[in-house]
Amino acid sequence: MKMLWILALKELRDGFRNRWVAAAIIVLAILALVLSVLGSAPTGSVRVSELDISVISLASLSVYLIPLIALMLSYDALVGEFERGTMMLLLAYPVTRWQIIVGKFLGHLMILLIAIVVGYGGTVVVLTLVTDSGTEGWQAYATMMASTLVLGAVFIALGYLISVIVRERATAAGAAIGLWLVFVVLYDLLLFGALTMDEDQKISQQLFSMLMLVSPTDAYRVLNLSLFEGVSEAAGIAGVASEAGMSGMLLASSLLLWIILPLVATLLLFRRREL
Amino acid sequence: MKNTSNQPAVSLNAVSKSYGSETVVSDVSLNIQAGECVVLVGHNGAGKTTLMKLMLGLTRPTTGSVEVLGANPAFSSSVAQHKSLGYLPESVAFYEAMSGREILAFFARLKGVAVGECDRLLDVVGLADAANRRVGTYSKGMRQRLGLAQAMLGNPRLLFLDEPTTGLDPGLRHQFYELIEDLHKTGATSLISSHALSEVEARANRFIIMKSGVMIASGTLDELFLQAALPVRLNIAVASGTASSVAERLGSEISISNISETTLSLSCFNGDKMSVIRRIGDLGDLVEDLQIKLPKLDEVYSHFMNREMS
Repeated sequence: MKMLWILALKELRDGFRNRWVAAAIIVLAILALVLSVLGSAPTGSVRVSELDISVISLASLSVYLIPLIALMLSYDALVGEFERGTMMLLLAYPVTRWQIIVGKFLGHLMILLIAIVVGYGGTVVVLTLVTDSGTEGWQAYATMMASTLVLGAVFIALGYLISVIVRERATAAGAAIGLWLVFVVLYDLLLFGALTMDEDQKISQQLFSMLMLVSPTDAYRVLNLSLFEGVSEAAGIAGVASEAGMSGMLLASSLLLWIILPLVATLLLFRRREL
Repeated sequence: MKNTSNQPAVSLNAVSKSYGSETVVSDVSLNIQAGECVVLVGHNGAGKTTLMKLMLGLTRPTTGSVEVLGANPAFSSSVAQHKSLGYLPESVAFYEAMSGREILAFFARLKGVAVGECDRLLDVVGLADAANRRVGTYSKGMRQRLGLAQAMLGNPRLLFLDEPTTGLDPGLRHQFYELIEDLHKTGATSLISSHALSEVEARANRFIIMKSGVMIASGTLDELFLQAALPVRLNIAVASGTASSVAERLGSEISISNISETTLSLSCFNGDKMSVIRRIGDLGDLVEDLQIKLPKLDEVYSHFMNREMS
């Protein structure tokens, strides 16, 4: 446990030192601020909490941004150390390979946690104080922050998998971008393209739900947009998720599996790796 | 755990390592006893670094078995042993963005060593003034010194040093060997790979000569010298002008490699050495001085290298 903490702390310090934490906080804070200010316009006369609107807009944008930040943090984590030669030295110390993976993971997770809490959380605190808009919907907002961290964790884990498979940092960077495109853009594009083309309705409701469930980004989206009544009403998709049989538990399990499986695969590959 | 008192610190049993079709270590068996200082010599690519990686568990043998401090280093259960182990890789690399002090403190924590020891070690290797600078700004020599400092953390029982003195100035080299000697006095074991044969000659208990992955010779300098059967050189000094008459009196069965006004260089096999010395003694006052030159490590080394070639 102590080893994990030492390793995680090093990653966290690295995050502060190379301004990663600061950059991520600024990006997320600006995003949250802009969306909250602009987002309050369409509420109009309908009685919708501003926080609920923020959840919708922030969740929609986090789907793109958080995976990118997470992958940029993680793609280099192992291949970079192999390539520079620092891994050889690290492994000569009393640390096991799983401790290195989990320690790094915890460290990177802390960086994301700080960025999300300060960037998103700080913004909402400021807004609440300034506009005196009350704290309705704070539960949905808190869930949004927590699930955003989980989404980040998914892509940190996927980044490690890339990092342990490829042999060069440049390849890892390319693969990370490719992975982002597939998970964040192409998958949905193909899914909705297929739906549009599907005039005979061959894609059943169940199949569609499954396809949404297995994609971490869609699971995240559905989780945030439909779990809380206020949010789903504002998003105009009230009851969609429950009709499709997607409970919060199921969606969360999908995300957790997306963390655990890549991490386990990374560890197995790392253990086989010879330096 | 077994009693470690009589057990070798490192034990390799018929170890081979191949990457694909390329064999980098071939059928190496060796024991390093606790307290020994063993030097690995050999050309680049002779398998020295791979041997160390096998002992550290960074890589696994294709065939054969490795035991370090009584455990298989490739098992993750043996990482606890790494507490009593120091390693300096060849051309050591560090986290460039961290300062020397931060790096050393990080490693100290991993090893469970008091972070206070870092300052002492930084001072020992002469990095105290540069301790707060980013390692990215360090010269090659400074990195090497930081590498030594981290290998020394926590007074290791077993040291693996891969070309430890490259990039060090003579003063620091000397200091480095003193540090190793101090550790040896406390019973530490070390395995050092080196190209600087003249440097390690006087400091090691034993030498292992590697070539193309094969251990071609192993032993103390004296043993290697006998194995190599290299000629001993005897330099004798004589009064001016008497050199040629001395040569005549020594007789034709003694080979004289060089002759000048006042000196003669003789060479003979080690077994004949005493009889040659007696012959010289018979010359009485004609001989003013006698020096016996045993072959140096580099001569022994090149002998073994050339023998393998033919």
